[in-house]
Amino acid sequence: MTDGHTRAVAGTTYGTGALLVLGAILGLFLVAGATDSVMSFHGVLFVAFCVLGVYWLIARQFGGEKDAGRAATEDARYNDGVVRAGVIASTFWGVVGFTVGLVIALQLAFPVLNLDLPWTTFGRLRPLHTSAVVFAFGGNVLIATSFHVVQRTCRARLAGDSASWFVFWGYNLFIVIAASGYVLGVTQAKEYAEPEWYADLWLTVVWVVYLLVFLATLWKRKEPHIYVANWFYLAFIVTVAMLHIVNGLAVPVSWTGTASYSLFAGVQSALTQWWYGHNAVGFFLTAGFLGIMYYFIPKQAERPVYSYRLSIVHFWTLIFLYIWAGPHHLHYTALPDWAQTLGMTFSIMLWMPSWGGMINGLMTLSGAWDKLRTDPVIRMLVISVAFYGMSTFEGPVMSIKAVNSLSHYTDWTIGHVHSGALGWVGFVSFGAIYFLTPVLWHRQRLYSLKLVNLHFWVATIGILLYITAMWVSGILQGLMWRAYDSLGFLEYSFVETVEAMHPFYVIRAAGGALFVVGGLIMAYNVWRTIRGDLRDEAPVSSQPSLAATPAE
Amino acid sequence: MIKHATIEKNSILLTVLTLIVVSIGGLVEIAPLFYLESTIEKVEGMRPYTPLELAGRKVYIREGCYNCHSQMIRPMRDEVERYGHYSLAAESMYDHPFQWGSKRTGPDLARVGGRYSDDWHVAHMIDPRALVPESVMPGYPFLAETPLDFSLIEAELKANRTVGVPYDDVMIENAAADLKAQVDPDGEGVDEMLARYPKAQVRDFDSNPSMISELDAMIAYLQILGTLVDFEAYQADENLR
Amino acid sequence: MTYDDVVSFSGSAGLIFFMVLFAVVLIYALRPGNKRKFDDAARIPFKED
Repeated sequence: MTDGHTRAVAGTTYGTGALLVLGAILGLFLVAGATDSVMSFHGVLFVAFCVLGVYWLIARQFGGEKDAGRAATEDARYNDGVVRAGVIASTFWGVVGFTVGLVIALQLAFPVLNLDLPWTTFGRLRPLHTSAVVFAFGGNVLIATSFHVVQRTCRARLAGDSASWFVFWGYNLFIVIAASGYVLGVTQAKEYAEPEWYADLWLTVVWVVYLLVFLATLWKRKEPHIYVANWFYLAFIVTVAMLHIVNGLAVPVSWTGTASYSLFAGVQSALTQWWYGHNAVGFFLTAGFLGIMYYFIPKQAERPVYSYRLSIVHFWTLIFLYIWAGPHHLHYTALPDWAQTLGMTFSIMLWMPSWGGMINGLMTLSGAWDKLRTDPVIRMLVISVAFYGMSTFEGPVMSIKAVNSLSHYTDWTIGHVHSGALGWVGFVSFGAIYFLTPVLWHRQRLYSLKLVNLHFWVATIGILLYITAMWVSGILQGLMWRAYDSLGFLEYSFVETVEAMHPFYVIRAAGGALFVVGGLIMAYNVWRTIRGDLRDEAPVSSQPSLAATPAE
Repeated sequence: MIKHATIEKNSILLTVLTLIVVSIGGLVEIAPLFYLESTIEKVEGMRPYTPLELAGRKVYIREGCYNCHSQMIRPMRDEVERYGHYSLAAESMYDHPFQWGSKRTGPDLARVGGRYSDDWHVAHMIDPRALVPESVMPGYPFLAETPLDFSLIEAELKANRTVGVPYDDVMIENAAADLKAQVDPDGEGVDEMLARYPKAQVRDFDSNPSMISELDAMIAYLQILGTLVDFEAYQADENLR
Repeated sequence: MTYDDVVSFSGSAGLIFFMVLFAVVLIYALRPGNKRKFDDAARIPFKED
């Protein structure tokens, strides 16, 4: 290891240490002056985080021999430790988030499961579910894969050794603060942006460090060109920072209390929120995961991306168009018509770059389609792109005002989100986790490809049950709301439309349960792979393949 | 012109260009909303929430009601017949943030004020299926049993004023007194409170005089929803845009 | 700025800006001279070891 590298590591260690000490002092002030019990709880969490962090830094700095030995061997070239932690965290949060989703799906089918306690009602658990899957599961997947991809495609070690660990642990602290806050009744009441002002500020700090680590790694690269996956990751990091900061602007009621009031009101608040909300989809759940697609599909398929030229056009058109689409969440509301029309127009145009990206992902397999049969991991990745294509077609359709007048406020929206979230984000993440686990732990292959195959089918059936149930219930409810009888009166009372949803809510919960089971299968497989076990099994198909090398 | 090769090789340039490209949409769409006069209609009757209503709104937010209830009636025949006059932008001008919602697992609440009696709300909050057997709403029996914490109510109003809600000094000084006055029709200060907050409803909402509960605040909030704007005086044509 | 200004802006300046941006990206991506470079770039994920 070079002197410069050691100096840089020491530099970030002191920088991180200083930040943590400052954080601990700040946390003590929060605990001392807290105006509500949740703030004192979160203050204690924060102090504990900072103290543990300082302890860890000191232990590493001065008990360095063992670490130095390890670093000299396997982790000298790349910092894989933080990526390994990210893979484990992703798997854990995935199972948690899917399970909470199943719980709230069951609550809608069987309301007695709300238990009528403050901490267990649908209203508090639904943000827990959305944040756990989007930010805890998705966010950890993005941090882990981006750290992996940027290192491999730059052929450089991750910049700022302890800074990258700060990003990982700091981000997960944000998750814990946000999630425990929801259950205890702390929320900003903005969908997908529920964390309160202090959690938002903490995330901003973590995110800036994330951006710096990513950029600094790019600066160290030994490759003149920045590979396209990194563009998508970079756009994701930069744009999410912008969205998060603008939408999170708020005035706290007290500097030592949890509550705040958003800077914006009414119609301005609505558009800012959905500008944020739709681009949480566009840049968190799409651009970031397209970064995964552009690296992991070529790797798993063992062939370069279908068209690098298309990926460039894909990148610029996607990021330019996505940012305009937010107003389609506010069709026929009190938002001015010009903004609605603009949102609809750009949403429809968005279909093109989305499908450009889909074609690029799918066609990477051209000439190697037989891998779909023999390699369940590539099948998972390819199906994820197919779901991406499906939901990016459905999205523009639903953004058309006439369609939206029916679909808005109904379960159709929920089904649409989940075809993207379960099918695209879920499967592409599972594919990346299955790819990464053997690589990061230096295993010959996954514990069992048969289990990957099982996961694939269980989860796919789950998704199909979920989205078909939501299509039917959504369209049915939309039609029932606007149905008139022969005398010109509204045919159904509201509660009759609620009653009609019951069977579909049961089917949806069944689909969700299958998806949870799939997540558990994955967690088991990942755990056995990490342990170093190899299941003695025949290849998935009768034909031998490169990916599914039989155990020796 | 900058060569794309330069962009691909320069991470800072890539970052800055990305930021420019993604800023345009937001700027063009959001910024005009703040200074185009036609965005928010001119109406009569809108006023800031009373301290009790504001506290009730906080409970509404805390329990995540927006996850299942919209507060935005669209201008369609069935919605207007089911819920009332379509929602105006002006009606949420003091909502930081907006509570329009995105899903109607339950019905729209934009004009729920005055639709049901307080007693109905009390019974419905404690056990929704006692009144509506097909309902899937959770029960909130703890609201009736939890005293409302309004120790920070002055700071709440002040924070609202900072973000632009027109609470004046007198309103802020009297926040706690006004809150208590709204649940005590025979007490002092009711007239002053009503002068500050016209159309405020004054009564013991949960019929439990022994304490001001979270349920009092919640019902006070629900009962005011959609009742403030004077639609007799509202001229839709004047707002054509 | 009035409503009409917004309409005319998004209808003309916005359109021109968007078309120019798109054209620049397309020309760059499809220029034959760049082909070799892109083929190299596409192979980056396989160069790591």
